[in-house]
Amino acid sequence: MSKLPAADTLAASIDYTPPRKPWMEVPAEFRPGVYSYPANPKNLKILDFPNPRQWAPEDDDWKLPENWQEIIYEGFKERLHKYRSLKVFMDVCVRCGACADKCHYFIGSGDPKNMPVLRAELLRSVYRRDFTMAGKILKSLSGSRELTEDVIKEWFMYFYQCSECRRCSLFCPYGIDTAEITMMGRELLNLLGLNINWVMEPVANCFRVGNHLGIPPHTFKDIVDFMCEDIEDITGVKIDPPINKKGAEILFVTPSGDYFADPGTYTFMGYLMLFHELGLDYTMSAYASEGGNFGLFTSAEAMKRLNAKIYAEAKRLGVKWILGGECGHMWRVINQYMDTMNGPADFLDVPRNPLTGTVFSNARSTKMVHITEFTADLIKNKVLNLDPSRNDNLNVTYHDSCNPSRAMGLLEEPRYVIKNVCNNFYEMPEQTIREQTFCCGSGSGLNNEEFMEMRMRGGMPRANAVKHVQEQYGVNMLSCICAIDRAALPPLMEYWVPGVDVTGVHELVANALVMRGEKERETDLRGEPLPGKEG
Amino acid sequence: MNVLYSLLLVLALVVIPLIGAGALGWHTLFGVFIPLFAVVVFLVGFVYRILDWGRSAVPFRIPTTGGQQETMPWIKQSKLDNPSTTAGTVGRMALEILLFRSLFRNTQTQLSQGPKLSYGSSKWLWLGAIAFHYSFFIIVARHMRFFTEPIPMPFEWLDKLDGILQIGVPTLYLTEIVILAALAYLFLRRVVVPQLRYISLPADYFPLFLILAIVISGILMRYFIRTDVMDIKTLTMGLATLNFSVPEGIGVIFYIHMFLVSALLVYFPMSKLMHLGGVFLSPTRNLANNNRMQRHINPWNHPVKVHTYQEWEDEYREQMKEAGLPVEKE
Repeated sequence: MSKLPAADTLAASIDYTPPRKPWMEVPAEFRPGVYSYPANPKNLKILDFPNPRQWAPEDDDWKLPENWQEIIYEGFKERLHKYRSLKVFMDVCVRCGACADKCHYFIGSGDPKNMPVLRAELLRSVYRRDFTMAGKILKSLSGSRELTEDVIKEWFMYFYQCSECRRCSLFCPYGIDTAEITMMGRELLNLLGLNINWVMEPVANCFRVGNHLGIPPHTFKDIVDFMCEDIEDITGVKIDPPINKKGAEILFVTPSGDYFADPGTYTFMGYLMLFHELGLDYTMSAYASEGGNFGLFTSAEAMKRLNAKIYAEAKRLGVKWILGGECGHMWRVINQYMDTMNGPADFLDVPRNPLTGTVFSNARSTKMVHITEFTADLIKNKVLNLDPSRNDNLNVTYHDSCNPSRAMGLLEEPRYVIKNVCNNFYEMPEQTIREQTFCCGSGSGLNNEEFMEMRMRGGMPRANAVKHVQEQYGVNMLSCICAIDRAALPPLMEYWVPGVDVTGVHELVANALVMRGEKERETDLRGEPLPGKEG
Repeated sequence: MNVLYSLLLVLALVVIPLIGAGALGWHTLFGVFIPLFAVVVFLVGFVYRILDWGRSAVPFRIPTTGGQQETMPWIKQSKLDNPSTTAGTVGRMALEILLFRSLFRNTQTQLSQGPKLSYGSSKWLWLGAIAFHYSFFIIVARHMRFFTEPIPMPFEWLDKLDGILQIGVPTLYLTEIVILAALAYLFLRRVVVPQLRYISLPADYFPLFLILAIVISGILMRYFIRTDVMDIKTLTMGLATLNFSVPEGIGVIFYIHMFLVSALLVYFPMSKLMHLGGVFLSPTRNLANNNRMQRHINPWNHPVKVHTYQEWEDEYREQMKEAGLPVEKE
């Protein structure tokens, strides 16, 4: 692994001056810290993906299949037909440059190929040569080029330096979405067996075992039991969450990041406490024990294979509707793809909150509700007994996770919940929140250790906005509704904004939640003394 | 180099009619055949491109949501930036196409020591783009005077409005000034801003120069190298009614103007200028965010290999029983 330079050294190295040579003549340079390790062949074998083998990006020979050009050509052709987005986005860009400084990886690296327009040109240049009249006649004058191995290497570099956050798409006059371009680029690379392990291992684990981390069912139960012990220690309330329980009313699905590592675990404890307090008739599933879907970062087919488990399990368990935890791209998959890929969910009912009677008609087809929608409804109807002063030691800001904001539009619900469970809430500058939010720098399967330099560069705009509210209002807690954020933001904060911790929204809810029969709480879920109990 | 290639190409396009219609006097070729050919290529090409895009599937609804979703009634939805109905989507598209809303949002990022990032509003590109497109549109509409008889009132009004300042004889059109300024701005930012220069292709400079040459030749013809307007109208009406007549005495400047316009028409369907059609077809903008409310069908949705519950339980049954988890098969 590479050594990460100090924050000020890294910041000083950002240079927005483009190279002197035209971009087509600048090959991708693989140095530690800016690329992710290739997929372990065993993970590709589990999934029947092509060309499993040992290789390294810094090698000259990437061991591509013999007919790799033909594979790319055919794959490209197929996708142009399957996706109007790809075809239109290949054709209509006028290179106005409005997207250029919207990408967090460009802002943090200065590498012009991280400008969304140029990232897309990496594909377009090949598209023009193979699929347009102008490219065939005018050759390089049209901006087209030969498909060489260097081009493939460049694709690998830059399609795995895009976190599919869609911020550029918001500013593009034609709505060109680099997430779509990157997804297509990655699909094509996957045809040649060019994938990264941090994406393929979660996909393989999720497919075979049920979740990204490969936690088998009995261990899943152990983890949940362990958390319940902690909850009992803190609150005095004993809870026993159901797993694989048939006939429950609600199936609860959340990302495995929430039960694997801090601070996600506190959010998970928050869900369990809330459900217990409500007396909710729900169940979790050890088979569909993953809400996140790294298939989204692989191919539409992989995404569909993993997502299929949620409806299948809802059907097997005979639940009425599904509740989803705090997760970023999981919600992108649910909002934009699930019903289309694996529906219709006609064996389920339109979700109805059993405590308030609210019918979630905005989820009447997918039958799946976001937990902040659910909790906001509970608070609005005054179902919960909340004591926000228990969070008074926190000055909280909120990071809009990219996917729920720009691929769903979930902006107000989490804010409503936070404002009702915390007394001290401060927004970051408006160009960095809501639909204009910045990525954590580690999305779309890029939150691995070896990629740390790029993560810190890409996360800089987000960190910078947090630093602003830290200086302005003394913010010490960054809340979010995404498990990847909860994994990615702590190192980012430690690097750029020391003194700010990261939390999920339902950890804050659980701290404020006054439970029936609870003992007088001395600490929050993290074991830190509550305000006034520092004694 | 890209700038130079494009400039030379446009100059060559000026020289062709200069020789062909000027020195050689092939007026019918440059006054009738080439323009007609160009119109046919434009129409066929444009329709073909739209149909070609239309042939590709839209498997998933992927709107970029620029505001609050539709949710519970007490949370205000952003109906235009995150529409869930057709009316909202039409509104969003109208704002996009008529007012360039996404471009209006544009910000500029600045990095100062610290490091400290700041984001300022940046509306110059929006202003340049809107000035260019609207003046271009008005100029094209004004030209309908040459292809209609009697001239419909709206074209007359537009003409009056455009010349409202009544400067000089013939009256100076406002759009001529605006489009020159806008083209100059759009060109200069490509040359001056390093990032933009880096991403600009010949295909970006060429249409700018071509349109600039068209505007300049038009201005020259109107104010400086006069040619008889009635003769031109006879020719253009002949084109419009397919009843061709090529009056003698039309100046070569007209043939240059006409040839450049023909070149633009031919170039249009095979170039980035097709964003005119493409902007209507962008799936991140022209779809409602109602996926969770209504099922949307993917025409190529095919079955995939999944790992079923049964296969999964077979692998973990013993451990599950030991942990007290329910199983289907004992």
